[in-house]
Amino acid sequence: MSAITSVFQPGRKALIAYVTAGYPDAKATVKIAAALAEGGCDIIELGIPFSDPMADGATIQKASYQALQKGITPEVCLKIAATIRETITTPMVFMTYYNPILNYGLEAFCQSCVKAGVDGLIVPDLPPEEGLELEKVTHKNNLDLIYLLAPTSTNERISTVAARSRGFIYLVSLTGVTGARNSLSPELKGFVKRVRAKTDLPLCVGFGISKIEHAMETAALADGVIIGSKLIELIEQDESLTTLKSFITSVRQALNTQKKTGEV
Amino acid sequence: MTARPDVSGYFGKYGGKFVPETLMPALAELENAYADALADTAFQKQFDRLCKDYIGRPTPLYYAAQLSKKAGGATILLKREDLAHTGAHKINNALGQGLLAKRMGKTRIIAETGAGQHGVAAATVCAMLGLECVVYMGSEDIKRQAPNVVRMKLMNAEVRPVNSGSKTLKDAINEAIRDWVSNVQNTHYSLGSVVGPHPYPMIVRDFQAIIGREARAQVMSAYKKLPDYLVACVGGGSNSIGLFHPFYNDKDVKFIGVEAGGKGLKTGKHAATLATGKVGVLHGTKSYLMEDEHGQIMETHSISAGLDYPGVGPEHSFYKDSGRATYVTVDDNQALEGFKLLCHTEGIIPALESSHAIYYAVKMAKDLSKDKIIIVNLSGRGDKDLGIVTQALGMEA
Repeated sequence: MSAITSVFQPGRKALIAYVTAGYPDAKATVKIAAALAEGGCDIIELGIPFSDPMADGATIQKASYQALQKGITPEVCLKIAATIRETITTPMVFMTYYNPILNYGLEAFCQSCVKAGVDGLIVPDLPPEEGLELEKVTHKNNLDLIYLLAPTSTNERISTVAARSRGFIYLVSLTGVTGARNSLSPELKGFVKRVRAKTDLPLCVGFGISKIEHAMETAALADGVIIGSKLIELIEQDESLTTLKSFITSVRQALNTQKKTGEV
Repeated sequence: MTARPDVSGYFGKYGGKFVPETLMPALAELENAYADALADTAFQKQFDRLCKDYIGRPTPLYYAAQLSKKAGGATILLKREDLAHTGAHKINNALGQGLLAKRMGKTRIIAETGAGQHGVAAATVCAMLGLECVVYMGSEDIKRQAPNVVRMKLMNAEVRPVNSGSKTLKDAINEAIRDWVSNVQNTHYSLGSVVGPHPYPMIVRDFQAIIGREARAQVMSAYKKLPDYLVACVGGGSNSIGLFHPFYNDKDVKFIGVEAGGKGLKTGKHAATLATGKVGVLHGTKSYLMEDEHGQIMETHSISAGLDYPGVGPEHSFYKDSGRATYVTVDDNQALEGFKLLCHTEGIIPALESSHAIYYAVKMAKDLSKDKIIIVNLSGRGDKDLGIVTQALGMEA
């Protein structure tokens, strides 16, 4: 059982928090991670900024751009992760596009991840068709390569991803890019059911989840909830991180009132 | 013809589909629709008829006598894509994809554009086929290619300025992909070059290969032999692949792709991807690209917006590694020289993109004998560039 899979326990819905590493700066990310862990986050997802984030909406684009302007590189992100790991035990995953990993070298990158205490990778522009090489290297290094599924995924693709994703499956809640939305997609329920019918892997839903009610509704369907852009907005609004922490704490408390995993 | 790309969309080790999961089914749908269209003679007939009656094909293969004389060597022939409707080769692909979109039942087309030529071509085809059209264009490019923005608007397209990153073609593609991810059910993404995820590099190449097929027949008919060299500019690489591809098996015909040297390779301000780049993944395809030491995509520079792109089509990367094509660079000033030379000698105002190819063809023609034939793809006309040229040459209107 990997650090990531051990998060998914009966009776507990996982809360996964995404923040862009190095935004607003490297030191802040370390503090943010501590706040997230303290607030009851189960997995911390650190985004390595990329110049051309094609799956991201305006909020993460802007955070990535500003982090890059400050000189944040994959190397720096690895250092940030290692520093976070010195004080907290919460599982961590990196979210980044394929090119920075390819440029670093797959083997070298995975080894550095392990050294920094990172437990898995999410690569939004790497579908299973293109992921064989990275899969081999991640598995060898005991990292979980987490694949994504979307409402447009066919049943055949769902089976493929179910067979190959490690840790959990990242369900993209809507047909679109990342970013806070006012309401959940009406297609979400049917989509989660379609995937659930094909796999026992934990299912975590992200993209557009920005309110406690969204998290509650999602948790009723799936095993975990991923919140990203909303957190970046909260960090922007209040750099003291008080608002961020109280939001995460309330989401955690709300999720704790949910029934057992898997009950729909 | 070749069997490339393979079933996974690879040209050797280049190509593939590096896109968000949301788009994978759409790419499969497009691939299937394209295979069906290829097998459907009615579709082919419609495409051929519109190529002839709407675009005005075949475009002439023109013997540039004065330009050849000026160069003082080889015979230079110009494939006159500048005479195609809307003034550039981009219309060939825009028409093909427009018909495909109709066939797939899509009601909305999105496109990216750099110089504005693909945007204009997409807007034109959408007007003719009754499709909604949204064009993403970097705000930097909107400034330098204003006449094309007006043309798109006249044809009822919505031009959406892109302010992220370098505000040029690369960022316009990012934004178009984001739109496609969000509206994939009713929208077809009409990608304008031989880049992006499979099947785009194949589909765009096939629609542009009409350039090379015509040129091959025309040169055989007029000169009873194959050309010695094909010269074309390379940004994403659609006009060059369109010319080269039908000659692939003619091993004695040499392919020369001309990349934008911008302000010079040493300055770093250029768009010579094949000359200086590394292999990576950008916009859904594995190919050469311009990146920094950390894998971030670099901002490029060229006087011609259409060549100002940090990636290149995967088939070009394959041609480079296999040696089938040679890639050279021509800088901004040399392109301007090529531009002026064609205006003066032939009374043809070329696009700044094509001017790169003109310059190189003249340079190499000098050292060749008259019986050697060079075909240059005059991929577009230069009306859109008058503002930039006037400024660069310090001319007064």
